[in-house]
Amino acid sequence: MITIKNLHASVDGKEILRGINLEVKAGEVHAIMGPNGSGKSTLSSVLAGREDYEVTEGEVTFNGKNLLELSTEDRAREGLFLAFQYPIEIPGVSNINFLRTALNEIRHYHGQEEIPAKDFLALVKEKQKLVELDVKLTNRSVNEGFSGGEKKRNEIFQMAMLNPKLAILDETDSGLDIDALRIVAQGVNTLKSKENATILITHYQRLLDYIVPDYVHILYKGRIVKSGGKELALELEAKGYDEIKKEFEIAE
Amino acid sequence: MSLAETKSAVTQQLMESLQKQAPKIAFIPDAEIVSAIRQLEEKGIPNNKHEDYKYCNIEACIRREFKSVEQSFQSLGIEDIAAYKIDEAINLVVLNGAYSAELSEKVIAKGISIKSLNDISGKEKDLIASQAKSFSDSLIALNTVFCNNGLFFKVEKNNAIPMPVHIIYINNTDKPSLSNSRSFIHIETGSELTLIESFVNAGTGKVFSNYVSEKLLDENAKLTCYTFQNEGAASYSVHTNSVKVNRYANYSNTTLTLSGELVRNNHNVELAASNCEAHLNGLFLTKGTQLVDNHTLIDHQMPNCESNELYKGIASGKSSGTFNGKIFVRKDAQKTNAYQSSKNILLSDDATINTKPQLEIYADDVKCSHGTSTGKIDTDALFYLKARGIGEESARKLLLQAFAEEVIEKIEVESLKERILQLFEKTL
Repeated sequence: MITIKNLHASVDGKEILRGINLEVKAGEVHAIMGPNGSGKSTLSSVLAGREDYEVTEGEVTFNGKNLLELSTEDRAREGLFLAFQYPIEIPGVSNINFLRTALNEIRHYHGQEEIPAKDFLALVKEKQKLVELDVKLTNRSVNEGFSGGEKKRNEIFQMAMLNPKLAILDETDSGLDIDALRIVAQGVNTLKSKENATILITHYQRLLDYIVPDYVHILYKGRIVKSGGKELALELEAKGYDEIKKEFEIAE
Repeated sequence: MSLAETKSAVTQQLMESLQKQAPKIAFIPDAEIVSAIRQLEEKGIPNNKHEDYKYCNIEACIRREFKSVEQSFQSLGIEDIAAYKIDEAINLVVLNGAYSAELSEKVIAKGISIKSLNDISGKEKDLIASQAKSFSDSLIALNTVFCNNGLFFKVEKNNAIPMPVHIIYINNTDKPSLSNSRSFIHIETGSELTLIESFVNAGTGKVFSNYVSEKLLDENAKLTCYTFQNEGAASYSVHTNSVKVNRYANYSNTTLTLSGELVRNNHNVELAASNCEAHLNGLFLTKGTQLVDNHTLIDHQMPNCESNELYKGIASGKSSGTFNGKIFVRKDAQKTNAYQSSKNILLSDDATINTKPQLEIYADDVKCSHGTSTGKIDTDALFYLKARGIGEESARKLLLQAFAEEVIEKIEVESLKERILQLFEKTL
């Protein structure tokens, strides 16, 4: 699905990612954990194509294509989806209009016809249920006046509508109460299939109780310093990040 | 050559070329015409030395674009007007500055009176030039001296007109010409009207249009106005809208500027009695070398009145847009509520936005506020849309439409709203 090789990236001349290697195959769920400032959000931003970041070295192959050469919109059209840590409020653009435009541009990219209005509305109705998103919210402006939990659910709703191949969930659990977390996780689990893959970026182990990863990676100072199965997250939870820090400060 | 000489030279030349064909004006008091001539002789056509025309040099525009003024106006047929009409409205036509009964639709609504200014009664004559004073602005003065047979429109006492009235101001010339349209809109006590004023240009020649409209709202009257400016690249225009609002009356104007090489709007609103209100909204979209300059003046004279202003602009290319909003709160205007907001987006490095709130408050128990912002398109929002597969161009369009929405949603005439939305999308 996606292969990341020796990825280096900097922002304002400061190197944040210092050689990331990662391979995610279809059907897999990977969790990337790490302390604050380890580069987790930079990684998701770089993969989604945010222009503030400069890739200085390395390569990323997504479905056989050179991801780094694609524009942000083409990455999305190829099936990459980033659930934002801080979803943006866009007053004046209705959720519905936004999603229809997005869906149709993706379809257009793949040489498909626009989705008929009736089918689109049926799809909205179906996917809305998945994340228990209030019908009123879908007609409102994108994220405007949404609570933190509603914003996160809206991200997963968008993900359900666009049906990506690879979903990167950037700290989707942050700021969620336990009920919202359960709903979001249930949404993600329902959308999981043999054809798609998920990367969970998180600081806490809590999310991984609900979405069980196949692999866990620990990111520290811009590198993946340790990889393992789901038990690695529990170990991390028990020891705390300080242990990891100590271990790898010494190794460095 | 001294500055004063240059100024009078342009004005002088312009006046001479207009005088050749100018009809005699019988509907404006002689004293006002004398005052207008004096204003033109003393002050001349304003240039950028004039504080109110700092960003809109009319004199230079006339010197540059209207070296010769040929007054080559052509008539139009009913079929030429069709495309500009609004189906759900009563469509009236002012052609080349003169009211045309032939091109206008017959009005069947009760309580409406329409005349050409040449046909008004003595009592009605007293109203003309009661609000648009020549000594306050040379372009009003120019119009006062040279206006043609304009439109007098009245809604008689206690009539709520059920459909909108649409006045199409249309010019048709094949050579550089200058038109001076004049209208007077009178909404009598307890009456209501929705008025759309469209400004278009059907000819191939350059036109400088100098519009003056006076609007009088008697007690408890309501006038909802839409000013729709789409005159095209060969047009240069100044729109003066002088409004007087009386007790319990409600005036609103939404000005939508989609084209015109130079567009200057002077909205002057006098809140002349207590408990009345004014709402001024505007949206302009400038491209290329266009210049759109909105000046509003709300004069709170009496207590318990309210005014609201929301102006939004989007400037690209080397164009420039201005919002200058003056609010006076006079000594007697206690309990005034006045709000003003100007928001703008610059789409290129060479585009310019000038925005200036100007509040002069002489009363001590008032609520007044203003806010202004000018910036580039929100890059975070743009990234968010693109991250969902929406291309750069569509994403920009979506964001600009969203930005404009706050003004466009104020249009309550459905077909006008649709027309604006379509044109807006096309122009972006």
